[in-house]
Amino acid sequence: MAIGWYLAVSALIFCIGAVGVMIRPNPLVILLCLELMLNAGNLALVAFSRMWGAADGQIFALFVLVVAACEVTVGLGLIVAIYRRQMPVNVDDLSELHG
Amino acid sequence: MSAVLFFIAAIGVLTGAIGVVMLRNPFYSVLALVVHLIALAALFLLLRAEFVAAAQVVVYAGAVMVLYVFVVAYIGGADQPLHRPAGALKVLGPIFGLALAVELCIAMLGSALKGIGGKGAPYVFGFGTPRQIGQLFLTTYLLPFELASLLLMVAAVGAVVLARRRRGLEGTEEFEDQLVAAPRPAYTGTMAEVAGIRQGAGTTTEPDRQTEPIGAATGSKDRSSKGGW
Repeated sequence: MAIGWYLAVSALIFCIGAVGVMIRPNPLVILLCLELMLNAGNLALVAFSRMWGAADGQIFALFVLVVAACEVTVGLGLIVAIYRRQMPVNVDDLSELHG
Repeated sequence: MSAVLFFIAAIGVLTGAIGVVMLRNPFYSVLALVVHLIALAALFLLLRAEFVAAAQVVVYAGAVMVLYVFVVAYIGGADQPLHRPAGALKVLGPIFGLALAVELCIAMLGSALKGIGGKGAPYVFGFGTPRQIGQLFLTTYLLPFELASLLLMVAAVGAVVLARRRRGLEGTEEFEDQLVAAPRPAYTGTMAEVAGIRQGAGTTTEPDRQTEPIGAATGSKDRSSKGGW
């Protein structure tokens, strides 16, 4: 398959993830949609790595994996802390810092 | 053959992604993301990125998703509203997504990269194997590699600090009272009671207090000496 097909799939996943981040009110699902967007970037990186025949893109993809794992850890910690304080787990209701 | 595999994997990837966004229950969203990740690993294999595919399945579908499942089970996977009740984002979100898709397609079709239409560079033996990845990690990308390990440690410590129990914030006090006030047989106790620091059930003089819960005597004292955990 041509590399362009992989890039098209990557673009579609990115758009689905972006829509999910904007329309879903639950922070857990927002984190999942962030994962989708990071995975889209990963797919594009690996596809370009295949295109050039250099493995550097795969190294970048692995770094994205590491950063995504960190983001998940801290994000889920925040969600658990929000839940423990008996605050609503909903990004629309968590607006105390709203100016 | 590779085209058939590509389309099967691509359909799996896109179905999983749509499922993450459209399913009401967060638990099912997590399961849809697992489907998405496994299909994505198949795409990585088609792109000859064996090590990335293996890491994807082991780290993501194996470890991170278990973390998600735990948090969903802890918070409660009740059905959530699919959209925000009101607001401009409910309408603007899908429009923005469509605009982004159109823009990315235009960027891809108008790209001057000639390699996009081809199948990629000729495959050399050993491309994408753990050997090559490890060599690159320990030579060219040594500093980012070490920084990534530091970042992981900072994130782990940060998650522990964020999610730990703080005193006076949550309703676990009465549960601890029950723990302290559980009846104990006589002549059993802690080392603090033996040393006389704390009065326990076995050291009381009245015989009728031996079966009384010791929380009445010691509950307030050891509450003040408890740590922050």
